[in-house]
Amino acid sequence: MAKIKGAVVIDSERCKGCELCVEACPSDVLGMSPKVNTKGYHYSEMVNDDACIGCAACGYVCPDACVTVYKVRID
Amino acid sequence: MTTKEIINPANLVYDKTSILTDNVMHYCPGCSHGVVHKLIAEVIEEMGIQNKTVGVAPVGCAVFAYNYLNIDWQEAAHGRAPALATAINRLLPENVVFTYQGDGDLAAIGTAETIHACNRGENIAIFFINNAIYGMTGGQMAPTTLVGMKTATCPTGREPHLNGYPIRISNLLAELDGTCYVTRQSVHKLAAVRKAKRAIQKAFENVIAKKGTSVVEIVSTCNSGWKMTPHQSNLWMEENMFPLYPLGDLKDR
Amino acid sequence: MEEVKLMKGNEAIAHAAIRYGCDGYFGYPITPQSEVMETLMDEAPWNTTGMVVLQAESEVAAINMVYGGAGCGKRVMTSSSSPGMSLKQEGISYLAGAELPCLLVNVMRGGPGLGTIQPSQADYFQSVKGGGHGDYKLITLAPSSVQEMADFVGKAFELAFKYRNPALILSDGIIGQMMEKVILPPFQPRRTNEEVRKECPWGTMGKTDDRTYNVITSLALEADVMEATNRRLQAKYRQIEENETLFEAINCDDADYVYVAFGSSARLCGDAMEMARRNGVKVGVLRPITLWPFPTKEIERLAKRVKGFMVVELSAGQMVEDVRLAVNGCVPVEFHGRTGGSVPSSEEIWDVTQQKLIKK
Repeated sequence: MAKIKGAVVIDSERCKGCELCVEACPSDVLGMSPKVNTKGYHYSEMVNDDACIGCAACGYVCPDACVTVYKVRID
Repeated sequence: MTTKEIINPANLVYDKTSILTDNVMHYCPGCSHGVVHKLIAEVIEEMGIQNKTVGVAPVGCAVFAYNYLNIDWQEAAHGRAPALATAINRLLPENVVFTYQGDGDLAAIGTAETIHACNRGENIAIFFINNAIYGMTGGQMAPTTLVGMKTATCPTGREPHLNGYPIRISNLLAELDGTCYVTRQSVHKLAAVRKAKRAIQKAFENVIAKKGTSVVEIVSTCNSGWKMTPHQSNLWMEENMFPLYPLGDLKDR
Repeated sequence: MEEVKLMKGNEAIAHAAIRYGCDGYFGYPITPQSEVMETLMDEAPWNTTGMVVLQAESEVAAINMVYGGAGCGKRVMTSSSSPGMSLKQEGISYLAGAELPCLLVNVMRGGPGLGTIQPSQADYFQSVKGGGHGDYKLITLAPSSVQEMADFVGKAFELAFKYRNPALILSDGIIGQMMEKVILPPFQPRRTNEEVRKECPWGTMGKTDDRTYNVITSLALEADVMEATNRRLQAKYRQIEENETLFEAINCDDADYVYVAFGSSARLCGDAMEMARRNGVKVGVLRPITLWPFPTKEIERLAKRVKGFMVVELSAGQMVEDVRLAVNGCVPVEFHGRTGGSVPSSEEIWDVTQQKLIKK
């Protein structure tokens, strides 16, 4: 059966750490980095890479347009 | 396949539109404004109307909207965006003109301009952010503040006998013959964001088709003003805002 | 062939606007200037030149429509009378701040408050000293005839676009309502959108691929940016003062006494001057045509050789302050004013001149 696999790239400098992407993710892929960006925000990052299905829910709800989403179909 | 391998332009499914500038938005973390800006930008890009769109920014949190979308802009006096948009539309009828306004701008100080632009059926789109509070000035009562909701100018909660009632301005605008499309949306969830984007696109299509005034209200959060986390704000909005401001089309003709 | 017509000052404004290629008029009815919009609606220029004419829901909306239109680089205007102009002041400050060229017309009536529909000149301070908030100046032209009502439409648009600044025609109920003969300007076509883009590359007509996007705004939160804006504005204002001051001097060369008056008052002073000359007193009239920039230098120059000035206004005394500043105590400056729509006769002006200035 074909499998969908995704990946998310967060622009950690644009991210303000609102965590809405973390809440929106249906697969619990994202978490908050213990590190902060130059503005002092903890930014979100992939913490569970394998679970990502590339649905882009994180991207849609992100108020700061920091999310880029990739998706492949693995047959 | 590793994550590194997936991250490849050939596999791109979602990215920041080039209509958004690289300026980092000044909004608080989690603010709905950012999502709405992004949706408007995406629709402008997808419709290929960057070179004919003119935005009118309000006074309020979105006063700097012109820093974020790569289109021509005018910054209006508080509440007067629909008057500016009226003139721009009349003088440049082939352009696509929209206003972007908050609840104080649109439903308090600019009520007259809003109602009359809609009543004249100006071929403009009005994007209306209703977060029930004045964000820019520090969280004062808005015309749309809920009964009982606490703000800096109704610290014990809005009381109708003192402060009147929250105004459902979109319902009022839907009554006017000049509006062709009035809808209420939100941007707190994936499905909602998709719907809101379709509404924004429809509003722009109506402008191009010269059908009259389109109003897209976005019931929004202001987590700083509401003093909650962005996620808590979404839950609070669903529970408290949606009953008074139910989502869906109020008018579509 | 020149077309000589008989019409009201308000009507002349409307006809001149169409003929000077105005793109849009936005107004709200108020006495005594309603004929401006009525004439435009009658002429229906949208069928001929393509000019937009719109009756707004308020003066506030009208001035903000002017902002929207001017922000596109279009040649737009509004007209009103005193209480309506008060409502427009916020918008005027924004127009000045965003450096938008436009034409404003105030056909003054008596105040304060709802006042009277009778003529007045009591909006001098409002027009030349600010009116709205912040450090800004309005180019202010004061017509004294129906002919000048027509001519100044063209002059005001010319200056407004030359300096990217709002320009005001400050008239009054007398000039607005009275009928005189007027030679209207020849029809000048409206600029095409391409011409507007070329003349006003800052306008918001839609971004083109060869430029970054344009923003029309008066907002500058940072102190240094705001101050830089103000410095630039002030430099522009000094340039306008240097280049654009207009006045009419009648019999001032040999005058011992000079009337300083604008608009309808200047006409009355002209008659008083004739009376004085018949009585062997050498009197002249200095009529500021631009109230801002004010003909300070000319008054300074005259103050070195005349015996005194008589300022006549349909107000309790406003322009007289600028005359006194220019004269700077060199010679007496007396004032005669009437308010509330009362207009002094030329006999009254001559009598008061003798009592206050000459027989002293």
